[in-house]
Amino acid sequence: MSAAADPQGAGLRAWLRSPSPASTWQARAQRAYLGWVAFRANPIAMAGLLIVVALVLAAIFAPLLTGSRGLDPDLPNRLLPPSAEHWLGTDQLGRDIYDRLIWGSRVTLYIVGLVSIIVAPIGLAVGTLAGYAGGWVDTVLMRIVDIFLAFPRLILALAFVAALGPGLENAVLAIALTTWSPYARIARAEVLTIRKADYIVAAEAQGASTWRILRKHVVPLCLASVIVRLTLDMAGIILTAAGLGFLGLGAQPPLPEWGAMISTGRDFLYDQWWVPTAPGAAIFLVSLGFCLLGDGLRDVLDPRSGEA
Amino acid sequence: MTDTNSAAATGKLPAAPRALRATASALVSLALTFIGLTAITFVIGRVMPADPVLAVVGDRASEEAYQRVFLEMGLDRPIWEQYLTYLGQILTGDFGTSIMTTRPVTEDILRFFPATLELATLATLIGCVIGIPLGVWAAVNQGRWIDHCARVLGLAGYSAPVFWLGMLGLLIFYGNLGWVAGPGRIDIYYDGLVEDPTGVILFDAAWHGEWEIFWNAFSHLILPAGVLGLYALAYIARMTRSFMLDQLGQEYVLAARIKGASEFSVIWRHAFRNVLVQLITIIGLTYASLLEGSVLTETVFAWPGIGQYITTSLFNADMNAVLGGTVVVGICFVGINMLSDLLYRFADPRART
Amino acid sequence: MTEARLLEVEDLRVTFRTPHGPVEAVRGVSFSLGRERLGIVGESGSGKSQTGRALLRLSARNGRVSAKKMVFDGIDLTNASERTMRRIRGARISMIMQDPRYSLNPVVKVGDQIAEAYRIHTGASARKARDRAMEMLETVRIREAGKVYDLYPHQVSGGMGQRVMIAMMLIPEPDVLIADEPTSALDVTVQMQVLALLDDMVRERGMGLVLISHDLNLVASFCDRVMVMYGGRVMEVLEAGRLHEAQHPYTRGLLNCLPSLEHPQHMLPVLTRDAGWLEEAR
Ligand SMILES: Nc1ncnc2c1ncn2[C@@H]1O[C@H](COP(=O)(O)OP(=O)(O)OP(=O)(O)O)[C@@H](O)[C@H]1O
Ligand SMILES: [Mg+2]
Repeated sequence: MSAAADPQGAGLRAWLRSPSPASTWQARAQRAYLGWVAFRANPIAMAGLLIVVALVLAAIFAPLLTGSRGLDPDLPNRLLPPSAEHWLGTDQLGRDIYDRLIWGSRVTLYIVGLVSIIVAPIGLAVGTLAGYAGGWVDTVLMRIVDIFLAFPRLILALAFVAALGPGLENAVLAIALTTWSPYARIARAEVLTIRKADYIVAAEAQGASTWRILRKHVVPLCLASVIVRLTLDMAGIILTAAGLGFLGLGAQPPLPEWGAMISTGRDFLYDQWWVPTAPGAAIFLVSLGFCLLGDGLRDVLDPRSGEA
Repeated sequence: MTDTNSAAATGKLPAAPRALRATASALVSLALTFIGLTAITFVIGRVMPADPVLAVVGDRASEEAYQRVFLEMGLDRPIWEQYLTYLGQILTGDFGTSIMTTRPVTEDILRFFPATLELATLATLIGCVIGIPLGVWAAVNQGRWIDHCARVLGLAGYSAPVFWLGMLGLLIFYGNLGWVAGPGRIDIYYDGLVEDPTGVILFDAAWHGEWEIFWNAFSHLILPAGVLGLYALAYIARMTRSFMLDQLGQEYVLAARIKGASEFSVIWRHAFRNVLVQLITIIGLTYASLLEGSVLTETVFAWPGIGQYITTSLFNADMNAVLGGTVVVGICFVGINMLSDLLYRFADPRART
Repeated sequence: MTEARLLEVEDLRVTFRTPHGPVEAVRGVSFSLGRERLGIVGESGSGKSQTGRALLRLSARNGRVSAKKMVFDGIDLTNASERTMRRIRGARISMIMQDPRYSLNPVVKVGDQIAEAYRIHTGASARKARDRAMEMLETVRIREAGKVYDLYPHQVSGGMGQRVMIAMMLIPEPDVLIADEPTSALDVTVQMQVLALLDDMVRERGMGLVLISHDLNLVASFCDRVMVMYGGRVMEVLEAGRLHEAQHPYTRGLLNCLPSLEHPQHMLPVLTRDAGWLEEAR
């Protein structure tokens, strides 16, 4: 670990580029660094990262980025076209559309985050269990996964919301229920490849409990592929949530959810076109950002794309 | 003299049993998926709602109607028995009665389904006809500007919300330019003039030689189909590009070049044949997801299809209709995917034997 | 063998751009080929196959080929048009590829792939091409040619695939054939038959043959001359009959590694390499 002792300062680059890493920690840092170099060289992926970072910043600094008027109705100023004062115009209740979009980024992040923290653990748990237990447990679990994979997602989410009742949380739950299955597949595949690895056998021989092996060795390895997949799935999740909002089954007004904003703005399409188009553009931009980012991440983490 | 038996040993194996086995295993999968699908809709319809009877009869039903439905649904019997009854009803095509239309749900679905079919089919066609050549072209010119354009178009088409695109399309091509007809499937004065034999207006109108109706229906159809088609196109072009890149890097492509084959032949005769085999599954997947994904487009375009039927029923708390629609769309979805999987097995010589 | 020089190559270089910087696969190879059998030997990665591909101007996309001189039958290959190259490939210079498992199109019948090679350059009818392909299958000693014609590549064994490949590349009767390990998947008897077939083509039709192989014994007994490559460079060129007189330490090393009945050794020596070999003659 002596080489790792001073990774700071001018030596950092050399340390990161050193052809013979002195510790696993250095080797890992080097891989991350090389990945970052490859990622940075990909302008499309960088554009994606930029959009996603902008979304997060907008959500964090929403109070600073919006006017002091708040989101209260202001009927005398309804349906104003874009102007210096209202950058994207106002909606049918006189609320500033730009302000609502910025606040809406919080809703979007909330949906995306909630789906991720439901989906990833469930998928990981089912997949690791199936891969590690093998035998009939594996067969049964994977059958269930296959069944969920074969389902029409949007329609199923619709049916779920129909039974649970409209609302943001129910929409999130419905999306999560239709999204978890691919993660189980990923986790299982990873587990199967590393189960026979020497260090797992060694850990077992040292008497480590199954639970400990799973937690310490198996789960961390699955995480990279799960993160890539999640990033790629984000666009789909955002679009489904917006779709449910648009149908009136997701977030309910006056919550500034972008899909619901399009839905209420629909009546003004031909005369005040900016009311429904602005939130659509926001959805488009954000899901494009996640798509580009996911694509770039996969390029970096997928060894095959290193060549040619 | 050593190879007398090698030809015989590696010669053609009897194809029939293998193909049969593949079909059989696909059917078993289909059956399992069907059971899973119905189990889930059963849970959604009978277990999750606080009062499933209320979900079927609606709030305004009388006490005796409530009692009748309670017994009809067999809610007094054990849950697995209820499921088996439910399964039996579905297998005989009985989804109950819709409270919204007061007709059997099956009848409703038969009326609404052709519209969705028409939309999804045309969209898939658009996706294939433009997406495949675009993907091939992008792969052949990897790294050039056309490739970047195709990639960005692919990602953009995938990221844009279809309902938003649909509204933009209506705003521009219907509202401003007036190039196409607006929402709905056909102008009101043509409505119901041709309904047989299939319910797919374009086909029926052509069948009866009613070209005026045909073109009217077409100008209603082209915009929603184009919007859905853009999504299909984006996905198909993306996958074609990546399959093609993969194939162009294979050794057999080099072998074809060594033989002196022209670039056209290398691309279309050699590489593309392999791509096409893989694309079968992708096209099936696209078609299936357009069938279900048309829900949003149908809402924007007031398109009287199955998606709109499901959403309207949803708002009227018409549970029979919602579940019936879900099961039918689900079966189509699963069926199309299985079919394309089977088709792939027969198209690829490696999977065939 | 000094009559017509079919192929003359001087200072051929192939460089690949990779994310880790340029890789020089071939660095300044020069040789000439008449109507003879030239063997190329060298360890894995020494640039044998890349030399062959460069001659056909079919290096991978990330590769750059340069040469002071690369002339085939009076045609300058370094700046011939793509059209000209297409007419040369297959018909005049052909190449048997190393691994038949990946070199045949998996969704096209093997017979049709052979027939295609014939049709490209002769414009013959499908019927005629089929008959020719059948004949060719028999020429490479495949029994039941009619049956094999309709098989797909995954249905044929490695050895049969290699013979299909040979048939495919010989059917347009090229002037120069680059054979990249053409017999590695064949058992000894078939190997001898195939080599005899190649030999016939050289003798009777005056074809020039470049035989790439790992097998020093085979190359020594079959070829007229042997070119030894290491790290993308030519170490030396020898008359096959005088291989044992080789001067270069690398060739000597290779020879010493061969087990021999006449001079049994307790242990085979380890090949030593010298970084200086890559620099010399720069
Ligand atoms: N597309 C490419 N990009 C980068 N390097 C390459 C590429 N193709 C080949 N090389 C490198 O060129 C070198 C020479 O390869 P070549 O295939 O000519 O070896 P060879 O002598 O034929 O070996 P073998 O006996 O194993 O077939 C190798 O080190 C290989 O890694
Ligand atoms: Mg080689």
